Amino acid sequence: MSLRNNRAVLLAAAASVLLVAGLALALLWAPQDADQGFSQRIFYVHVPIALTAYACFAWGAWKALRLLWTREPRYDLESYTAVHMGVIFGILTLVTGSIWAKISWGVWWTWSERQLTLFLVLFLFYCAYFMLRFSVESGPRRANLSAVYALFGVVLIPVSFLAIRLAERFIHPVVFTRDGPQMSGSMFLVFCICLAAMLALFASLYTNELAGKRLDARLRELREALE
Amino acid sequence: MTTSEKYVTGAYLVVLAVVLLYVVLYAFKLSRLERQIAELTELAQRRRKAA
Repeated sequence: MSLRNNRAVLLAAAASVLLVAGLALALLWAPQDADQGFSQRIFYVHVPIALTAYACFAWGAWKALRLLWTREPRYDLESYTAVHMGVIFGILTLVTGSIWAKISWGVWWTWSERQLTLFLVLFLFYCAYFMLRFSVESGPRRANLSAVYALFGVVLIPVSFLAIRLAERFIHPVVFTRDGPQMSGSMFLVFCICLAAMLALFASLYTNELAGKRLDARLRELREALE
Repeated sequence: MTTSEKYVTGAYLVVLAVVLLYVVLYAFKLSRLERQIAELTELAQRRRKAA
């Protein structure tokens, strides 16, 4: 078994163990929130998924920067795969956030919240990445255009993240402040395990998806050489 | 089961469903790649026989 396969298996095993542990702790062990009650437990999936989506887009932008810097074509596929994963985690962020909003605020969505709207803008921006990518013939031009687009999108990440802190009127809860996390030690521990689980899940999916896309590209080259 | 418990369970199940859907789609992709490899192997063998 190659080193790459070993890494993929290790990442998948780590993600599975952390996910089972995180979800079990979140549902069975974490203390009940005095304010929101049981519904606060969505926090342990929603926030780690949202942070992982930001991490995916940032990783995609980093790979895009490496492509523009070094001109190595492999970074194009790596950036594309990271954005692909970011969109999946983005969908999950929006769905789990909507469910939490329905319990807490009584609505599935509210346009008055900057945090929600900016996350939606970020998500739609990266959805449009695919339209751009597939409207251009594959080659260096497509790689460069995609890389520049992925880099522009990364600017929206700190804006989206800080929007809630800059808002004057908000109903979206602020948990992480300058004074540290506003929760008990056990809640923070469960949150960290869930965050590690989501990051491990991203790493595992990214490794497998990238291997699949590379194999796909090599097969296409082989077919062109044989036909 | 209270309403909030139903919603929380729903949120966790959505995450699980998306991960499972991804695994299923990936399995389809793997079977497509295997089929393509088989086709290319056959093509290469035909070429070798013809040469």
